[in-house]
Amino acid sequence: MRLRLSTDSIRNASIERVEDLSGQALSSCYQCGRCSAGCPVVDEMDLIPNEVIRLLQFGQIKKVLRSKTIWICASCMQCSARCPKGVEFSSICDALRAMVLRMRLATPAVDAGNLSRVMVSKAPQMGVVSALRKLLNG
Amino acid sequence: MKIPYYPGCTLHERALDFDMASRECANALGVELEELPVWTCCGAVFPLTTDSVMDILAGVRNLAYASRMGDKVVTLCSFCYNVLKRSNKVIREDEEKREKANLFLKADTDERAEMESYLEQDYVGQVEVLHYIEMLRDVVGFDKVAKSLKTSLKGLRVAPYYGCMLLRPKKEMEFDDPERPTIFEDFLETLGCDVVDFPMKAECCGGFQIVRDEETAIACSQTVLSSAIKRDADLIITTCPLCLYNLDRKQKEMAKRVKGFTKIPVIYFTQLLGIALGIDEEHLDFSDNYVDPRPVLAGKKLV
Amino acid sequence: MEHRIGVFVCHCGTNIAGVVDVKRVAEELAKYPGVAYSTDYLYMCSDPGQNLVKDAIKEHGLTGVVVSACSPTLHEATFRRAGAAADLNQYRVEMANIREHCSWVHRGDKEMATEKAIKIIKTMIEKVKQNEALEPISVPMTHRAMVVGAGIAGIQAALDIANAGHDVVLVEKEPSVGGHMAQLSETFPTLDCSQCILTPKMVEVSQHPRIKLLTYCEIDDVSGYVGNFKVRIKKKAAYVNRDVCNGCGLCIEKCPAKTASEFDEGLSERKAIYTPFAQAVPNQPVLDRDHCIYFESGKCGVCQKVCPVDAIDYEQKDEFLDEEVGAIIVATGFDLYPIVNIGEYGGGDIKDVVTSLQFERLLSASGPTGGVVRRPSDGEIPKEVVFLTCVGSRDPEGHMPYCSKVCCMYLTKHAMLYKHNEHDGQAYVFYMDVRTPGKDYEEFYQRAAEEDDVLYIRGKVSKLFEEDGKVMVWGVDTLTGQKVEIAADMVVLGLAMVPSATATELAKMLKIQMNQWGFYSEAHPKLRPVESLAPGFYLAGAAQGPKDIPEVVAQASAAASKVCALFAEKEYHREPIVAWIDEDECAGCRICISVCPYDAIEFDDEKEVARVQEAICEGCGARIAACPSATAQQRNLTDDQLYMMVSAALED
Ligand SMILES: Cc1cc2nc3c(=O)[nH]c(=O)nc-3n(C[C@H](O)[C@H](O)[C@H](O)COP(=O)(O)OP(=O)(O)OC[C@H]3O[C@@H](n4cnc5c(N)ncnc54)[C@H](O)[C@@H]3O)c2cc1C
Ligand code: SF4
Ligand code: SF4
Ligand code: SF4
Ligand code: SF4
Repeated sequence: MRLRLSTDSIRNASIERVEDLSGQALSSCYQCGRCSAGCPVVDEMDLIPNEVIRLLQFGQIKKVLRSKTIWICASCMQCSARCPKGVEFSSICDALRAMVLRMRLATPAVDAGNLSRVMVSKAPQMGVVSALRKLLNG
Repeated sequence: MKIPYYPGCTLHERALDFDMASRECANALGVELEELPVWTCCGAVFPLTTDSVMDILAGVRNLAYASRMGDKVVTLCSFCYNVLKRSNKVIREDEEKREKANLFLKADTDERAEMESYLEQDYVGQVEVLHYIEMLRDVVGFDKVAKSLKTSLKGLRVAPYYGCMLLRPKKEMEFDDPERPTIFEDFLETLGCDVVDFPMKAECCGGFQIVRDEETAIACSQTVLSSAIKRDADLIITTCPLCLYNLDRKQKEMAKRVKGFTKIPVIYFTQLLGIALGIDEEHLDFSDNYVDPRPVLAGKKLV
Repeated sequence: MEHRIGVFVCHCGTNIAGVVDVKRVAEELAKYPGVAYSTDYLYMCSDPGQNLVKDAIKEHGLTGVVVSACSPTLHEATFRRAGAAADLNQYRVEMANIREHCSWVHRGDKEMATEKAIKIIKTMIEKVKQNEALEPISVPMTHRAMVVGAGIAGIQAALDIANAGHDVVLVEKEPSVGGHMAQLSETFPTLDCSQCILTPKMVEVSQHPRIKLLTYCEIDDVSGYVGNFKVRIKKKAAYVNRDVCNGCGLCIEKCPAKTASEFDEGLSERKAIYTPFAQAVPNQPVLDRDHCIYFESGKCGVCQKVCPVDAIDYEQKDEFLDEEVGAIIVATGFDLYPIVNIGEYGGGDIKDVVTSLQFERLLSASGPTGGVVRRPSDGEIPKEVVFLTCVGSRDPEGHMPYCSKVCCMYLTKHAMLYKHNEHDGQAYVFYMDVRTPGKDYEEFYQRAAEEDDVLYIRGKVSKLFEEDGKVMVWGVDTLTGQKVEIAADMVVLGLAMVPSATATELAKMLKIQMNQWGFYSEAHPKLRPVESLAPGFYLAGAAQGPKDIPEVVAQASAAASKVCALFAEKEYHREPIVAWIDEDECAGCRICISVCPYDAIEFDDEKEVARVQEAICEGCGARIAACPSATAQQRNLTDDQLYMMVSAALED
């Protein structure tokens, strides 16, 4: 595998969009990996949180938007809480989800029409609503 | 003493037990939770992106309603608390968003005229958002709580589970030390319980991921539960209906998956408070819990 | 007098000339009234550059010189010397700063920068025109130094000054000298035993005829100025008569009261009457009244009963000593960042998570476990040991933003020494970068990985917690992109170095600057690294910033040599740019006395006028601004001069 880097590939409009939407400066991340080390759902991610940020630092927005990671994140904010550099990965993840959903780049990670009856009738409303807003609405 | 109260959708519908227990306890402590006459869903999540004012409106609108009743609003659900508190901070600190939000609120007052939602003044963050536990500590006072207790919970080993939303993001929530919070420990000590400090008390239960993929959330919940079980907790308390759902209801699935899985009851903190205050079990309503806490409580002669 | 000013415009390579059109500047200024000579040159500070100045002074009979170059803090002394060499009074040489104040900040705008440079130089020409020819003020000097803090930095500095023939007062707040180095086991990169190389020096300071050692003492007050400080020292009550005690240690042996040993970082106990460690210097015990039974309840008194020379004195009070010195070296060292602040690593509540200094004690042959690494919880020898770098360092969000510089190296040392101890064990080091910027350091690190199989894992640990008698480590390996979990027997935290607890208080008393984290600030980060900006104060050791022993020793010797250079003169010469007052005009209102931060103004009760003590005045200008009758003036910065300078700057 080879990654070709150039000025144009590193800074592009999508990356700036991620920074705007998330309110986070990607260059602040010094890749300590602490976000990944404490993430409760990291086992299921295809890219671990610091890798997502690294790819964004390289301007590789496509790989990131295609990753499973952004749908798996539970928004627990533990990554943000422990980041020594004050980077909120949880917010970056939110922004990435929003970008995919707004641009309709992928089928949403939950199918609202097909939620299980148990879920709709038993699960607490705020749980269902937040899932729909995070994973479907953007 | 009356305090404006925002129940939120879940306590209004599916977590009626939590709502009832909390009101009963407040009454016993001389506080009347005065539900806002008009309120809407808070939106359940704080906006995903920084570019939207619309997304904080739900929270702000409810705060504006509350501002007509007093300078505080009390809430219980962690998600509501998180959204209200953070929206409030945005209104207090971001001038542009504050102005825009108020324009929206004014526009909506016409339509809601019949709901008497006319705003006499701008909403500028004048309301203090309090969690019920903060109300107990700062308004009622834990010492007064202690004096009102009817039943000693001595010998009951309780693990306080905080979850995510109360504590994080720490700069916005300013609720407690996000790594080693103590407010629920102090509360439990007030009730005379044996506090079980467990390292997973502020780790995630899986949250809304339960809706997307049960496996993901259950793995998280199980980590939390087994940590408390290992430390010989009799039960776990929480203040979040979603945490309770993941931690309690999903023990059914865990039991299927893990051989020798020990169940542990998970209840709302005000249900436990209710027991200590001598409130009738009926008003605390344990009927919804998957893992019935009554055997454990009965074992300690508490019900 | 006819003005014949010389203007010398420096290119500073491309630093100035890359932005400012230096040729044009020189040409423009040649036309300015009073300028007799104007030129530019590549490096004014170089030998040929200085010669240019000297020759021009002679050739053109210059009455004043303006060197337009960098900041005066860098080269004012250089050019004043050049002026003096050509028989021009050195206070008629000024610098116009067209680098820091101009070219560096206006990189994009050549035209504007050039215009600004011209203006800056014009203001200085106006100043020089009215500069008086002054002579430095001479003040008598006490050729005796004080060193505060007797860690390796203070010890080295004191020895160097004393060996150069000057008396030294060495003040240490603890009962023994030695500082943190005394606690260390072996030292990187050579692994020589810390005590073995330190104790001879500790003994030497205590026996040196020129060193007055004051342990268990603190600075109470400082007054005076460079060359003439008066220091009041508090000699804390030790309840042991230090003139009589022979250090037999019987009292220590018999004392029934115990408390946690500071020296062993809480891993062992000491008595209420104690010496911090066996090799303590001086070897006389002190009594810690907070843990003494006699002081608590009036009972016991065992130490007094057993003391063969009757040295115990429960009535002893703090005493105060006054010392006069000419220079002060501050060497108060460091502390570790408090572990309680690191909640995600248990905040000190997980028994088998230890600090780096605790681990030093566990490794030390004289430590609580006799040099065998045993974990605090159950005394077992750990098989899986995890070392964490950057704990509290490089963490602008939650803790300290800076790199503590020594922890990468000492954790590598720890891992290595642990492996030498326990061949079957495994050592893991979680790191972000392994920083080994010292002679033989990189080789040391490579040896740890290659010969001692220390496993370096790149990632920062998120959380530590106890589980089934182990310390669970939630880490990550960013190189393979995986979360890493280790069930460790023991975890060692490479905690950040912070200034010692009393540093801020001391800095306020001495009126010396610190950076925002409380490390003492040097006068110039590159060129004056061992001096404080406040004259007469010098810095040594970790009190100035995190550093290891070789660097500490080098800095201590450097500070000592600065003191010796100061003492090389009989008198101290100071800048004459001080306030003066026209006694005929002074109304005697005393306002200036209340504003002077240096207490430099005395009042003549007979004549009812204020008078400046030139030896003390720092020339800060406060009183000049405060004087309602405008009779107070600053030499070579008079109101007239300032007026002309401002006019020149505002002229089109
Ligand atoms: C765990 C660990 C391992 C290390 N290992 C190594 C190693 O292997 N090799 C190496 O080169 N370096 C090592 N270092 C670094 C080394 O310890 C320091 O560089 C060195 O000890 C600093 O010496 P110092 O004299 O500046 O400060 P300190 O040793 O802190 O001494 C300061 C002294 O000043 C005294 N003091 C403080 N305030 C006052 C006051 N107000 N009045 C009077 N006295 C005061 C203190 O009591 C103390 O005695 C290690 C550091 C740590 C933390
Ligand atoms: S914790 Fe912060 S600095 Fe470290 S890798 Fe994650 S985002 Fe980057
Ligand atoms: S917010 Fe998402 S990425 Fe961050 S720790 Fe929680 S689950 Fe992991
Ligand atoms: S009097 Fe105090 S110091 Fe002396 S032996 Fe008794 S407890 Fe120890
Ligand atoms: S020296 Fe190493 S461990 Fe210490 S702060 Fe710097 S990088 Fe981190």
